[in-house]
Amino acid sequence: MMKNPYLPLPMKLVKNFTETEDKLIHTFTLQFLSEEDEKSFPYMPGQFAELCVFGKGEAPFGIASSPTEPGFLKFSVAKVGTVSTALHMLEEGSIVGVRGPLGNSYPVEQFKGKDVVIIGGGFAFTTLRSLATYMMHPDRRSDYGKITVIYGARNPGLLLYKDELAAWEASPDIDLITTVDREAEGWNGRVGFIPSVTGEVAPSASNAHAIICGPPVMIKFTMPVLEKLGFTPETTIMSLENRMKCGIGMCGRCNVGGKYVCKDGPVFTRAQLNELPNEY
Amino acid sequence: MIVSKKDIPNLLDKMIAEYDVLAPVKKDNFTVFKPIASGADAVLGEGNTKLPAKELFFPQSEKLFSYSVTEEGAKLDAPMDDKKKVLFGVRPCDARSLKLLDNVFDNDKFQDPYYLTRRANTVMVGIGCNMPSSTCFCTSVNSGPFDTSGLDILLVDTGDAYVVELVTDKGKALADQAGLAAASDADKTAAAAAKEAAVVTCQVNTDGLKAKLDVNFYDPIWEKIHEKCLGCGACTYLCPTCHCFDIVDDAVDCAGCRVRNWDSCAFPLFTLHGSGHNPRTSNKERYRNRIMHKFKYFVDNFNEIGCVGCGRCIKNCPVNMDIRVVLENIRGSEARLDS
Repeated sequence: MMKNPYLPLPMKLVKNFTETEDKLIHTFTLQFLSEEDEKSFPYMPGQFAELCVFGKGEAPFGIASSPTEPGFLKFSVAKVGTVSTALHMLEEGSIVGVRGPLGNSYPVEQFKGKDVVIIGGGFAFTTLRSLATYMMHPDRRSDYGKITVIYGARNPGLLLYKDELAAWEASPDIDLITTVDREAEGWNGRVGFIPSVTGEVAPSASNAHAIICGPPVMIKFTMPVLEKLGFTPETTIMSLENRMKCGIGMCGRCNVGGKYVCKDGPVFTRAQLNELPNEY
Repeated sequence: MIVSKKDIPNLLDKMIAEYDVLAPVKKDNFTVFKPIASGADAVLGEGNTKLPAKELFFPQSEKLFSYSVTEEGAKLDAPMDDKKKVLFGVRPCDARSLKLLDNVFDNDKFQDPYYLTRRANTVMVGIGCNMPSSTCFCTSVNSGPFDTSGLDILLVDTGDAYVVELVTDKGKALADQAGLAAASDADKTAAAAAKEAAVVTCQVNTDGLKAKLDVNFYDPIWEKIHEKCLGCGACTYLCPTCHCFDIVDDAVDCAGCRVRNWDSCAFPLFTLHGSGHNPRTSNKERYRNRIMHKFKYFVDNFNEIGCVGCGRCIKNCPVNMDIRVVLENIRGSEARLDS
């Protein structure tokens, strides 16, 4: 009997946490119902899953937890459409469905022995959080060189995972640079947009990979900065989003050229994207 | 082997005892594939059915699973249609379209059990086309009126009888069960003559088309080529190789089902992001995607053109878009037919 990729795994919503000040992003912590279920869901940072509220439908979201955090999955979801709105209103203890893991992942094997620069903007920080958490795990930290995280949001209230950011700030394992677009009360950190902050921080491109995730405008203006720093199309990695339904390369809507973001991505190098039409 | 046309109803009746037999039947003024209760219901020898045979394997609307949710978990029940079937009287182009769709539903990473279970349990018995229609262009897309690539058995119409060609072991097993008479040399000659006489008059020159599509994504030709298209999606619903779908929930309270429905790349909502951004904003991008998908992306991914030349999109377009003209225009040659 072949595996049915359309069937979701029932999971328990154990925490529905309001992540941002504007209340539009919640982080959902889901618990596997059995060890067997958990074994059936081996994932890596960068992958996504179809999250479903039974009766409302399903939608794809990047996995924000790391495989080094067993027992549960985490998703940070903005309130946008039918499914995400239903999710936001769910009570803790509810049963939801998770279908996945789907898509490819960040090439962590290639990162071994190299510096890694993670650049994130807004709430696109979810799978980047997974990646950083994965690489910072005590068993793995020594596999990688310097880890730099540059993370920005419009204002301090919109930064995700504030408690963790504070811990990273204090950690010798990682160089964290957070920034906000404008001066804000109580904010003592950097002020400025991601492209200029990236230029100021100027992480070395030698023996390094850059992973960048964020709104299109941020990507557009950060790319030339990365190029100037010496990051090549091969060492610049992005994660794409497109509207999806099946997540398994069949329903036809998330293609960029001949590649499906769901099945062949969502993680692509800049070099791979240069071969594809600009249709995302 | 050979089977006389007057014996076909009997033959089908025997099959019905063991298989679900799907054959073209009359509906209003066209034919559609339906399960038949009696061999006499089959209407063979007409042209293509209005709807392609893909719906028998990939229905327009299909329940993926039903569910009921409790506090402890969810109970899911996925029905699998694993009935033994014979698809009788399918045209070679429609049969070939399923070979093409196999690449999609059994891709490098995932298998679609609904489609593949039906495929595995269905014997494909096709009838060659002695009289291809004016909109047929199968020979331009690596197929032909007697193409056996998607068939288990090919029937060749020789007037009063069908000469039976066994293509696969699955087909041979079905024919052995039916206990057909051997074809004489004269029958075989008649079958060869019928094949010879069947001419697909319409040729679309596809030389260099792929090479052109490889480089013309940003070409101004796309601004013009889509202009007449209304974006109604009729071509995509009637296309035997279009496979786009949507997935929705149909539920009351905690019990319901997840359903998939055909969808179309011709519709703006198809690619609309939650943020409001749409990578294929206008009909230009959507029409380009449809052409690129069939004549470039499909070739890149599966080494086959994603079109079988059935001509349904030409026959049924409300504004007479003709894909043959579109392809000719893209190739840069003079339009051969009036668009």
